[in-house]
Amino acid sequence: MFDIDIWQEILATIKKNKMRTFLTGFSVAWGIFMLMILLGSGNGLSNGVAANFMNDAVNAMWIWNGETTIAYEGMKTGRPIRFQNQDQEIVSKVSGVGVSSGRYFMGNTRYSYGNESGEYTTITCQPALKEVENLIMNEGRFINQIDILQNRKIVVIGTDIKTALFKDSTALGEYVNINMVPFKVVGVCSEPGSTRNRNAYMPLSTAQMIFNGSNKIHNLALTINASTLEESQAIEEQIRTALGKQHKFDPKDEGAIGLYNKLENYIQTMKIFQAIKIFIWIIGIGTLIAGIVGVSNIMLIVVKERTKEIGIRKAIGASPSSVIGLILLESIMITTIAGYIGLVLGTGLMEMINYFMMQSAGPATDQSETIFMNPTVDINIAVYSTLLLIIAGAFAGYIPAKRAASIKPIVALRDE
Amino acid sequence: MIRLNNIHKSYEMGSSSLHVLKGIDLHIEQGDFVSIMGSSGSGKSTLLNILGMLDNYDNGTYHLSGNLIANMSEKKAAKLRNEMVGFVFQSFNLISFKNAMENVALPLYYKGVPRKKRNLIALEYLEKLGLKEWANHMPNEMSGGQKQRVAIARALISQPKIILADEPTGALDSANSYEVMDILKEINDDGITVIIVTHEHDIAAMTSQIIRLNDGRIHEIIRNGELKKFQKSYIHGLETA
Repeated sequence: MFDIDIWQEILATIKKNKMRTFLTGFSVAWGIFMLMILLGSGNGLSNGVAANFMNDAVNAMWIWNGETTIAYEGMKTGRPIRFQNQDQEIVSKVSGVGVSSGRYFMGNTRYSYGNESGEYTTITCQPALKEVENLIMNEGRFINQIDILQNRKIVVIGTDIKTALFKDSTALGEYVNINMVPFKVVGVCSEPGSTRNRNAYMPLSTAQMIFNGSNKIHNLALTINASTLEESQAIEEQIRTALGKQHKFDPKDEGAIGLYNKLENYIQTMKIFQAIKIFIWIIGIGTLIAGIVGVSNIMLIVVKERTKEIGIRKAIGASPSSVIGLILLESIMITTIAGYIGLVLGTGLMEMINYFMMQSAGPATDQSETIFMNPTVDINIAVYSTLLLIIAGAFAGYIPAKRAASIKPIVALRDE
Repeated sequence: MIRLNNIHKSYEMGSSSLHVLKGIDLHIEQGDFVSIMGSSGSGKSTLLNILGMLDNYDNGTYHLSGNLIANMSEKKAAKLRNEMVGFVFQSFNLISFKNAMENVALPLYYKGVPRKKRNLIALEYLEKLGLKEWANHMPNEMSGGQKQRVAIARALISQPKIILADEPTGALDSANSYEVMDILKEINDDGITVIIVTHEHDIAAMTSQIIRLNDGRIHEIIRNGELKKFQKSYIHGLETA
């Protein structure tokens, strides 16, 4: 079946029937091309939005203190809730909570080094914050547990602070004065998806000791281990209950503590994207079906058109299987090549769009907000859909080809 | 060579069936030059198609070179056709997108002859029929007579035992018709059985045996010696017409 002769025969036929070949090929190439563009755009959109979420850990949760709004156990409303170090322990004991970090706000703090100085935000925290906020270490290290235990006077500064204070010289190992207290710089970091990196990170324990924090914290940042909306809401509930018990407020009191559950948000957005993806797939499958119908139509016409030729071939000794084989191999060859062309053009276009978007975003691609990213299609999907079209084309050709091959040659010959 | 015994054939036409051949007994020897005549609907084309294994029959027996031709698979029929029979049609039936040489070479493709070799052989046959310069021309660039000669070359290339020609001169003018008949005569002189279907008496008169069909039965068989008499009655037929 795969001897060179049959291919020469097919090539000769294709060469002599350019229009027919073009039409068959075009409908296949177009179908695949459109599918690639649709799926690519969908993926690009969904990748872009997902990437924005990745700026922090998707399972991040922030808790901050507030005032009670519901009277509880004989106490009036409007009572402020103040977090202390032990609240972090309470929260971290809630099942489903991953890493956690307490935070103490210091407000604006003055940083100076040599002749340079500036006001920046100092975030006091524990090592876990790096994981919660997905901080990127450009140089050095982040705060570690020993820093916390030994109340070390170290600081991790944002890239903008480093540029402002140190220009091109190295910052690591240097001492900066923070509100007139010298701290050793141990790392330079940046935040993903942000163009401003004006935060500095300092061990919580050090800050509490030096800047009159005693055991106060303002805020808790943590990660939770949940995969569904219900799970994450259950964890939320448990945290409220645990803190309510500690601080004597109604767990249902939304005002006593503020809570932002990123995972909830993420899951909801991903659900929307799943819906969009399903929608895109429906359109894509529609396009594919249109392509299949197109190929099938053309194959029907091709076989009809070739009925007489089939009769001639049979009269001079072609077996039915060789006739079917000839038609099928031709259609498979055309659809394969055309499908491949559509695939290359479609993915090529999406890659080009991707390339130009990267170019226009410049070096800050990592840092900028984008809703369209990496608009490419899974190669498996691309290959499978091409295969599907090829098979559909072959199948669409097979039925009429088989019928034509089983027609008595004399009937086929009479066909005009 | 060819032995038909009480061949019946009918076609289903919706609910009714059309009984076309009503018991044909026929014996054709190797090397005969036979024409089948008859008015339209007499079953002459059907008979030729059965002889050429293009169609099957309902009843009776058909032996070709001692082989019973009955209930064959399409594949086997195709193989036998390829080996035993060459066809020439009224409308030539050349493949329009193949040039003369490729058309002639096609039967050898189904015999599994490599491309170069079969094209070379095709050229030889085209040369025999005086069409060597036309080898690379497409069918639509050739005259009817040329096309029919290409078709004859194609019928001959697989070295068949029988040439079956269905109205081979039907689409040709008389000059070309006689030329084609001369070629068929030459082929017959090489020992190949030639059977043609025609309704033209002058064409039939060039063969050595005329089988006249009438309403699905053999009306008469006129052999070589009796042809003169046939020609007389043919002229008579013309006069009365």
